[in-house]
Amino acid sequence: MNELKIKSSSDDYVVLTRESKAVPDPGVWGMLRTTVVAIPIGFITVFKHLFRKSVTIEYPFKKRPMFPRFRGLHYLERYEDGTERCVCCGLCAAACPADAIYMEPMENDKGERLAKVYEINMIRCIFCGFCEEACPEEAIFLGQEYEFAADSRDAFIYGKEKLLVTHPRPETTLKQMWRKVRRAF
Amino acid sequence: MEYLEFTIIALIKVVVIVIAVLTGCAYLTLAERRIVALFQQRVGPNLAGPFGLLQPMADAVKMIFKEDIRPAQAEGWFYNLAPVITFLPALLIFTVIPFGDTITLFGYETDMILSDMNIGVLFFFAVTSLSIYGILLAGWSSGSKYSLMGGLRASAQMISYEVAYGLSLVGVLLLAQTLSLQELVAQQDGFWGMYVWKQPLGFMIFFICAVAETNRSPFDLAEAESELVAGFHTEYSSMRFGTFFIGEYAAMIGVGAIATTIFFGGWRAPFEFLEFIPPILWFASKVAVFMFIYIWLRATLPRFRYDQLMNFGWKMLFPLALLNTMVTAGVRLWLK
Ligand code: SF4
Ligand code: SF4
Repeated sequence: MNELKIKSSSDDYVVLTRESKAVPDPGVWGMLRTTVVAIPIGFITVFKHLFRKSVTIEYPFKKRPMFPRFRGLHYLERYEDGTERCVCCGLCAAACPADAIYMEPMENDKGERLAKVYEINMIRCIFCGFCEEACPEEAIFLGQEYEFAADSRDAFIYGKEKLLVTHPRPETTLKQMWRKVRRAF
Repeated sequence: MEYLEFTIIALIKVVVIVIAVLTGCAYLTLAERRIVALFQQRVGPNLAGPFGLLQPMADAVKMIFKEDIRPAQAEGWFYNLAPVITFLPALLIFTVIPFGDTITLFGYETDMILSDMNIGVLFFFAVTSLSIYGILLAGWSSGSKYSLMGGLRASAQMISYEVAYGLSLVGVLLLAQTLSLQELVAQQDGFWGMYVWKQPLGFMIFFICAVAETNRSPFDLAEAESELVAGFHTEYSSMRFGTFFIGEYAAMIGVGAIATTIFFGGWRAPFEFLEFIPPILWFASKVAVFMFIYIWLRATLPRFRYDQLMNFGWKMLFPLALLNTMVTAGVRLWLK
């Protein structure tokens, strides 16, 4: 019934037709039944929704709380004493599938290695969090922030001054737990 | 002197009606967006002014200042004419609609109706069918396939519905023995005097056809966003598009007003003890109920398929309207 039939209506081209209809014709009585039974039910259902509470979160005024492991804007962490954690090892850049991280190393007066330039291109970044996972020093994290729209492409290249936190952030318990899990391996 | 006063009073009426209808259209767009939002458990536009009441102004300003893009293949001045042709008939409907009882204006008694034609109903039919030409012209002159499809659909739809549309009112006219809307209102005494009780089938058919006539969902085949981008007004932008839009809403209000007048007693209060409420409020609230039903329809029903529409029009509405007319005529003859 439902097979394609090839009917050549002229020598130049071939017409493909399906023998059966996809939807059977409801006929006059079927249509009448729809009109009398199905449509009023639909109307009542829709009317009930008029009195339901709206599910809209009015965004710029109210914000949806983010999940603790939400991957938002990156930040570079410091030690408790204020020195930078990042040693500019480049593992994050190596892990980055989007090739979004660029860095140049330098040494401070104590001979410790740290990043002179550390840039993340936020337009290239896909917020996968691989940098966070790759980092041996637990220096880079993906935070909760997601509103960082800008009006020029250059403004999306975030340097150290934007990424580095000024004070070490209090770590969430979940993050501490996660760190323990990771240390174990 | 007579002429001068007549002209002045008529001009005042025209201005008042046009302003009222345009304001009504503007707020109907807002109401539609808010109510559809409620049906879908959203909020709708609520930021411009209190409860979003200034949204129509914002929309109007936006429309006027948008760039008026004109496709290179648009067909001469038909392209410019089309929105006006859709818009004007919608406004013309209000010529024959009675809004209230006789009032005294500058010492002259005058009815709250622009022109009490004795062929009001006929005029209404003549005028509403005109707006389809605007849609056809728009579809044809845009030089776009989508628009052309939209225009063709609109014309086919019009042909399938116009017959049932006209026949649906014949029942009422047979009972009323008049074509004047003013007299139709006068005949409907109280709640049980409304013609909707005598002609329920006629009313149903009229309303369905009216929805089709105004190209509203579920009969919005001519614009069918999901299939034809925006149908006949795909290529229109700026205020030209706005004119189509206002035309559609004005036609909705106009049809609602006609349905109110013919089937629901127009401006008259349904019960005697409610007569202290001014007629214009009665009229407005009855029309508002119709507008709500329009919006409810839009939120509920999916769009008809092209062939379903034809089937529905020719195989259901037309025979039913015919049956309604015959039965009414028979009963009328028998009772006489
Ligand atoms: S989140 Fe992923 S894409 Fe973004 S910088 Fe880190 S590794 Fe690269
Ligand atoms: S953020 Fe971590 S992985 Fe990236 S360079 Fe610094 S220490 Fe290495």
